[in-house]
Amino acid sequence: MKTEEISIPWADTELVSRTGLPKLLISSYSNESEEARIFTFSISVSVEMSIFEYNGSALVAMVGKNCFAIASDRRLGVQLQTIATDFQKIYKIHDKLFIGLSGLATDAQTLYQRLVFRHKLYQLREERDMKPETFASLVSAILYEKRFGPYFCQPVIAGLGDEDKPFICTMDSIGAKELAKDFVVAGTASESLYGACESMFKPDMDAEELFETISQALLSSVDRDCLSGWGGHVYVVTPTEVTERILKGRMD
Amino acid sequence: MESVFGLVGKDFAIVVADSSAVHSILVHKTNEDKIMLLDSHKLMGASGETGDRAQFTEYIQKNVALYQFRNGIPLTTAAAANFTRGELATALRKNPYMVNIILAGYDKDIGPSVYFIDYIASLHKVDKAAFGYGSYFALSMMDRHYRKDMTVEEAVDLVDKVIIEIRSRLVVAPPNFVIKIVDKDGAREYAWRESIKDALVPAV
Repeated sequence: MKTEEISIPWADTELVSRTGLPKLLISSYSNESEEARIFTFSISVSVEMSIFEYNGSALVAMVGKNCFAIASDRRLGVQLQTIATDFQKIYKIHDKLFIGLSGLATDAQTLYQRLVFRHKLYQLREERDMKPETFASLVSAILYEKRFGPYFCQPVIAGLGDEDKPFICTMDSIGAKELAKDFVVAGTASESLYGACESMFKPDMDAEELFETISQALLSSVDRDCLSGWGGHVYVVTPTEVTERILKGRMD
Repeated sequence: MESVFGLVGKDFAIVVADSSAVHSILVHKTNEDKIMLLDSHKLMGASGETGDRAQFTEYIQKNVALYQFRNGIPLTTAAAANFTRGELATALRKNPYMVNIILAGYDKDIGPSVYFIDYIASLHKVDKAAFGYGSYFALSMMDRHYRKDMTVEEAVDLVDKVIIEIRSRLVVAPPNFVIKIVDKDGAREYAWRESIKDALVPAV
């Protein structure tokens, strides 16, 4: 019987941190004795996870012709374990203003409750809805209040401003605003999303084409990120209507 | 490590928890009740730091009762879940409670519901949930066998399957489990699954 020595290189940490608990399956088949043996090795590694990667998320917003689209994945996880596949990350502030919150789920929920509270007060005082630009400044101020003990969230804000001009912006967890004319991304899949959006985006798309583009960008990006996925949630907003759609992608 | 899991059935919800109270290598007792009755139609199964678990669940139970005294009507399950999340979230950046919670309840016009509340106050309404090392086995078994609108018999059957899996595959498997159920008739203890009984020693 032939004995083979197999040397197993240690998996590089990048690979390990993306796959959680990897398993190596090694099978050997000896031609002479027609024996097959299967060896299974389990590697258990504890990896330092950033607090932003605790729950997992992917968010993207895109501008079209007099419309915008905002999309998120649907996974709620606790590190490597998936808890739910219907978790909401995009919230409506008013009919023409949506905010997506990526990052730590508990902070996203707390922040959303605080923002709804502030917007309701604003509505009572001003007797109108907040403009997206104003709302973005509000979010930025609330995040910077906690400068030395921040909310671990990255918001993506999308809305229709004066004369229904689309507005999108994102910011980091301490409120540094980044306005964009085309698209903004956030979450654990943000790097993949940047690439996908950059290549798929065209200016002045109509609502249907914008939906197709943002959906393809989202699904292809979350497929490269193990912490986000399990479907997609897309809102397409025009001056006259809001369309909400659920995407079915790779359910892993 | 403590295992708690729960699921929603046709018009009831079930919460199951192990019942061992452990301090490093010593098992203090094997009939510890970790599922608290918040009020007539709510169950709160909790796992985590022992002192935090006992204190926090009692605190929530008393506040739920206070609401009913003050307002004359009981809280809905969703309201109780959001209140619990609020308390955990407020304490999170000061003195966090290391308690994971599965809150199950029955409301007259909504039916049964189960809420998953992490120790860092992430709240989500779910059909099935589990915490602890046992969750790896519980969630997989439930993913395989769970269906919407199961009867009590089917649900308890699934619970037993999960308990068998935890007992056989977890190296520090807890020997005993308590099963509690909540439906339109209220929240109550359903059964114990014991494989070790505390020896009854007569007083001298």
